[in-house]
Amino acid sequence: MKSNEKRSDAKRVKGAPLVEIKGLKIEGFSDDKWHPIIKGLDLTLKRGEVVGLIGESGAGKSTLGLAAMGYTKPGCRISAGTVNFDGKELTTASQEELRKLWGSRISYVAQSASASFNPAHKLMEQVVESACNHGVMDRAAAEADAKDLFKRLQLPNPDTIGGRFPHQVSGGQLQRAMTAMAMSCRPDLIIFDEPTTALDVTTQVEVLAAMRRIVEEFDTAAIYITHDLAVVAQMAHRIMVLRYGNLVEEAETRAMLKQPTQDYTKTLWAVRKLQKEESKGDDVVISVNNVDGSYSGLVKVLDNVTVRIPRGKTVAVVGESGSGKSTLARAITGLLPPSRGRISFNGKDLPAKLADRDRDTLRRIQMIYQSADTALNPRQTVRDIIGRPTEFYLGLKGAAKDRRVVELLEAIELDESFIDRYPGEMSGGQKQRISIARALAAEPEVIICDEVTSALDQIVQEEILKLLMRLQEQTKVTYLFITHDIATVRAISDEIVVMHKGKVVQQGLKSEVLNPPYPAYTELLLSSVPQMDPDWLTNLLKKRAAA
Amino acid sequence: MHPVLRTVLQRLGLGVLTLLAVSVIIFSSLELLPGGFAEAILGQSATPETVAAFNKSLGLDRPATTRYVEWVTGVFTGDLGKSFAGAGGWRSDNVRTVTSIIGPRLYNTFFLAALTAIIAVPIALALGLLTALYRNSWFDRVCNALTLTTIASPEFFVAYILMFFFAVKLKIFYPLSTVNADTPFLEHVSRAMLPAITLTLVIIAHMMRMTRASIIALLSSPYIEMAKLKGLTGRQVILNHALPNAWAPIATVIAFNLAYLVVGVVVVEVVFVYPGIGQLMVDSVSSRDMPVAQACALIFAATYILLNLLADIVAIVTNPRLLHPK
Repeated sequence: MKSNEKRSDAKRVKGAPLVEIKGLKIEGFSDDKWHPIIKGLDLTLKRGEVVGLIGESGAGKSTLGLAAMGYTKPGCRISAGTVNFDGKELTTASQEELRKLWGSRISYVAQSASASFNPAHKLMEQVVESACNHGVMDRAAAEADAKDLFKRLQLPNPDTIGGRFPHQVSGGQLQRAMTAMAMSCRPDLIIFDEPTTALDVTTQVEVLAAMRRIVEEFDTAAIYITHDLAVVAQMAHRIMVLRYGNLVEEAETRAMLKQPTQDYTKTLWAVRKLQKEESKGDDVVISVNNVDGSYSGLVKVLDNVTVRIPRGKTVAVVGESGSGKSTLARAITGLLPPSRGRISFNGKDLPAKLADRDRDTLRRIQMIYQSADTALNPRQTVRDIIGRPTEFYLGLKGAAKDRRVVELLEAIELDESFIDRYPGEMSGGQKQRISIARALAAEPEVIICDEVTSALDQIVQEEILKLLMRLQEQTKVTYLFITHDIATVRAISDEIVVMHKGKVVQQGLKSEVLNPPYPAYTELLLSSVPQMDPDWLTNLLKKRAAA
Repeated sequence: MHPVLRTVLQRLGLGVLTLLAVSVIIFSSLELLPGGFAEAILGQSATPETVAAFNKSLGLDRPATTRYVEWVTGVFTGDLGKSFAGAGGWRSDNVRTVTSIIGPRLYNTFFLAALTAIIAVPIALALGLLTALYRNSWFDRVCNALTLTTIASPEFFVAYILMFFFAVKLKIFYPLSTVNADTPFLEHVSRAMLPAITLTLVIIAHMMRMTRASIIALLSSPYIEMAKLKGLTGRQVILNHALPNAWAPIATVIAFNLAYLVVGVVVVEVVFVYPGIGQLMVDSVSSRDMPVAQACALIFAATYILLNLLADIVAIVTNPRLLHPK
């Protein structure tokens, strides 16, 4: 019953200060020394207020968000400053004191719901755990409350969904269940740490709407962390832009969107301005004809897919996870032989199986993957990584091979000194450049790019996209560019293929696909992309409710 | 059919096939041993004629393939054949079946293995969980050092030390573990105690360290961080959130050690004069009593296959992704 008293506390008024962080410095330990991550930041948060933290990876936004709970990741430490939560100093609080706050008065919603739910327990077990454990409610009351929260968050089958295991529900549902879990003790503060980054745009809309509504309903204060300005604009009253552990700019949401004062903040917009002039191509290099594809022979992942890829152009394949866009790439590369249909390359049928293709055919179709971290062998130097295809396909050896590797490095705007580096010694953007060089080394006609910019920060994304465009001008290579990000599609494509549930919804020039009239699914997809307008979500929901 | 049941049946089928393959290896490798039962028993008086006559009376003059097929079909009908010992024509009334020789020894072996498992597995799991919870503390270090010491010492050495203290000085347990079919259950337990403790000390380190490592490997997962940030205590985090996901590797190591308790304890049996199957196999190989040696080897193989199957089943039922498909 203690917690109920807490709830009726006279101090619990909207607008009263809740969190006050002053002069906070946090360091992380790596390579045998401490490096600064947060370099002296202040943050104040009033009850019921939502503040957005925005920045690229490495800006320190998650670290700051977690510090507001008095928590630092293993290997990090608070070296200076104070974190005051509702009158309590958290930097000096004992683990036991913090443990009592966590889950009950401050809770956390993580980026990847599928990784943050324990795979071994049902959803209900995990959602009610905080409430039962902190003695806020007994099990029965907590379960009834969880069902109510599920309903408010518009989860399907709110009465029974708690009986499912995390792997049995979708990512968007899991993210909402995690919000219910965070809400179970009706905390004063919730930290949302990139909660929609891993979701598809259409799912993101629902999750954002649900989270915003419930935070308003219970007057919960929140810190919303993201790298997407358009998303944070929907959620936060106030935005703080962080870079390298420093504050760049802080302002009310509307003021910041209207008039960012700092150059860095302005660059966060700039990416979206990159745009390639579309051009039509009639010389088809690859055509996919009525292809079906499935993994265990049970579920059709590709359903009668027909796509034409014109030579020297960029065809963007866009769709949500599960739409079959990566499977299409696997069918073209021969990794997944289609169960029906033909794929032709330069007018001739491609053998369905990878093993049946000769080396020259293999050379002509190359692939770049989303995660350069897993696509590059960490034990090989750049010389080996890029040199291997030149040797395997083109027979280069010794000095000739090295010369070619250096040429390729220049083509991707890296200097000679990179030749002896290992992947671990490079940044994410540099590693992705190496992946591009590896694909180029084979001198291919077609490069399939599978979400190659999705794991990168916006500014790095822009650089990579510019590089890809320049390389296309120089080498006339054809790109099949798979992505879920409409902004990227807008930037680089000539033609667009929209996929949904294994089917091609639409294929056409960029100007045709991105302008009305739309097929229903394309419309849903395009309207779900967050805009730099704080009223975008509100208006969209109104419009959808009316329709 | 439930996918788990199907997997289990599949594995069982595969197990039978493996056993068949193993039977070929056992039979042919025993075939390759120099000398035979006749030479071993006749010793110096072995002349080519007597050896041939002896072999003929044992049926060893027939081709190996015939004898193999005979053996395997026998095994499938539950007949392990007859021991060579006492056979040979002139005292044929004394011939014993392999089953009657192995039966009591196998019972003793399983008895000792079970007793050891009952002591060792709970201790190893508890120590594993505690060392994971208090990782890098002095308690963790002492546990690791002690168990590593006992696993690193030769079994017979540990056995004699224990015998010296518990049997000779303190007189709590029997120094020797001679038992027979008439030994009452409780006396059997107390006579088997010293070998059981010796074996416990030998296998505990492996299981404990695997439990600790499996749990610690999970501690950096996002769902463990989430559990911490929900305000759970360290104990709740380990028991409710880490352990349920760590059963598969732990079960594999436990199965491996239990199999060792059945097939690999001949040294301890010899030290304590415990009549288990390990000694029987060594004896039968040295006297070239092939039916007994083959049966022992086959039982050892079956033990490995069954225990690994059990570990696989544990891995499946503790993984909701497999137990509750989408």
